[in-house]
Amino acid sequence: MLRLLLEGLIRSPVTEQAPVPEDRAIGELAEAMRNASRRYLGRSLAIREVDAGSCNGCELEIHALSNPYYDLERFGLRFVASPRHADVLLVTGPVTKNMKEALQRTYSATANPKWVVALGDCAIDGGCFAGSYAVIGSVSEVIPVDIQIPGCPPSPTTILKGLLALLERSPVQSM
Amino acid sequence: MTGLSDILETGRHIGGHNPWPRVVVDAEGWNLAASLAADGLYTMLGLWGESDVVHMALAMQDPLEIAVLSLPCPDGIFPSVGHHHPPAIRLERAIQDLFGLKAEGATDVRPWLDHGRWGKREPLGAARTDVGLGDVYAFLPVEGEGLHQIPVGPVHAGIIEPGHFRFTASGETVVRLEERLGYTHKATENLMAGADIAHAAKLAGRVSGDTTVAYAIAFAQAVETALGVVAPPRAQWLRVLMIELERIANHLGDFGAICNDASFAIMLAYCGILRERLLRVANIAFGHRLMMDRVVPGGVAADLSSEGTSAILALIAEIRARIPALVKLYDGATSLQDRTVSTGRLNPALARQFGAGGFVGRAAGRTFDARMFPGPLPYDALDFQVVTRNEGDVNARVWVRIEEVTQSLELIDQILGQLPEGITRIELPNARDVCEGMAIVEGFRGDILVWLRVVADGRITRCHLRDPSWFQWPLLEAIIEGNIVADFPLCNKSFNCSYSGHDL
Repeated sequence: MLRLLLEGLIRSPVTEQAPVPEDRAIGELAEAMRNASRRYLGRSLAIREVDAGSCNGCELEIHALSNPYYDLERFGLRFVASPRHADVLLVTGPVTKNMKEALQRTYSATANPKWVVALGDCAIDGGCFAGSYAVIGSVSEVIPVDIQIPGCPPSPTTILKGLLALLERSPVQSM
Repeated sequence: MTGLSDILETGRHIGGHNPWPRVVVDAEGWNLAASLAADGLYTMLGLWGESDVVHMALAMQDPLEIAVLSLPCPDGIFPSVGHHHPPAIRLERAIQDLFGLKAEGATDVRPWLDHGRWGKREPLGAARTDVGLGDVYAFLPVEGEGLHQIPVGPVHAGIIEPGHFRFTASGETVVRLEERLGYTHKATENLMAGADIAHAAKLAGRVSGDTTVAYAIAFAQAVETALGVVAPPRAQWLRVLMIELERIANHLGDFGAICNDASFAIMLAYCGILRERLLRVANIAFGHRLMMDRVVPGGVAADLSSEGTSAILALIAEIRARIPALVKLYDGATSLQDRTVSTGRLNPALARQFGAGGFVGRAAGRTFDARMFPGPLPYDALDFQVVTRNEGDVNARVWVRIEEVTQSLELIDQILGQLPEGITRIELPNARDVCEGMAIVEGFRGDILVWLRVVADGRITRCHLRDPSWFQWPLLEAIIEGNIVADFPLCNKSFNCSYSGHDL
């Protein structure tokens, strides 16, 4: 334990500095988000993730946002355990009929102002599950969606870019 | 003694079913097969339906023997297997929900996947129209003084899939956990029926995203077996390379997450770094972080370049260098050991009865690993041992996964050292007639079973995909009993069952 901690002191952090040459996108994102979120949300955006029937691929990449490479929280973004604490619902999956009510209830439990991100191809148009008797086919058919982040699954960088886009348009729409 | 061979001899063999036999039996043969499973002589690998027939796959591990038994049910009923053999109960409930075939004598006839919201009943059978307003689910009654219930889900506090857990606790001690699943049911099998092979392969790769490579391999192998072709050698080797990378990625992610659930966040951070490195290398080598759609029927869709090879070599060197310090950290942190040792203990007899696959079974004395089966994947040319432990607790599951990571690193070394040259994909021939194929592939979570039927125009008419979670979820209910509520996340994460793979 002590050795690992000592090593941690002398090794440089893996968190990608903004900007780093190979991942400039994240760096630019950090800067832009800082400006946008300071203006509108006091640099803080609480996200409640809702899996509305995904294959769990999207969840893996959402999880990755919290690893030291992306270190989501440095952008003022963080995941919260309850919709009561959330500004944003990040919804994945084609919205199975068995999850429709749970999604609606989660939306109702989220305080205003609130925004909804439909994440992944399934959440946008049902993806390869479109047309199934068991799915609604898109998040927007159940609750209002502010922004879509396509991909199957979208990469962590793509997700960050999408969240930034949300920050930049949210005041116009809802405040 | 009457065994499977007698059933196979008396039943009617179905031609064009590969690689193992499929035999049509009568009710007597069916009951006999159920008793073979109930007596522990055979492991039930799966139980699934069609509009007017039910199928059961049985396996004996040593000597390896696998067969599918089919019972026609013209009257819509079949003798319950779950009545004698509890692992079949949820599968029978699912068959009833989807096809309307009733298990006669079943002890639990509550719907399972059907929450009464689809707008139709028995969608793969009679498909009766229904209002779809939702059913009230009858949870098991709980009696006793001072008990309280804690309902959790389907929306959970963390970033995980949806499902409902109904805890009954006496103080902090869990006296019963009842799961209710089905929330992520997407009707994947229904979407596959009538789909062409390419589209069905895409669906197979999205049954459970974390194990997409294993599903893609199982599906491709079942198609190839049905059509009587074998993917080229280089493709087979690349498939093993991808599935072992997938295994390492998941084991690392969960190792960190389990420790994090015991408030040991440093492990999550370190494992998260290694996992991210791996996904980036997968992206370089195969063009997708999770390697989705990279395995296709006929071969693989992405060949490995020299750049990809060196990226993988660098990756495994790095993981290998980092693992010892993490293991030492895990092993030396008493506060962490205090949470994982003796927590969520799975009785080996129960693991055997349920045919618990993967690290869940292998941490409780089972030696079952589908990588040891003869088949097109070149595991027989590779040197590795099945990792087992006997304690069955969270700690044992962690250790099996740590050792499997080490072993997978060795496997990748061996694969890169002898990767054959050549083509990576063949054109699939047209099916001459109706043909059926089956495959069992060891994903990170355990053995995945795929069974399918292809017809002459190249369409899938029925495909069943059985996730290892079917036989692990019920055991999670068993192992939490007597543990404190706060240890549930640890137990749950140490199983890491798939919701989507189960609900399908």
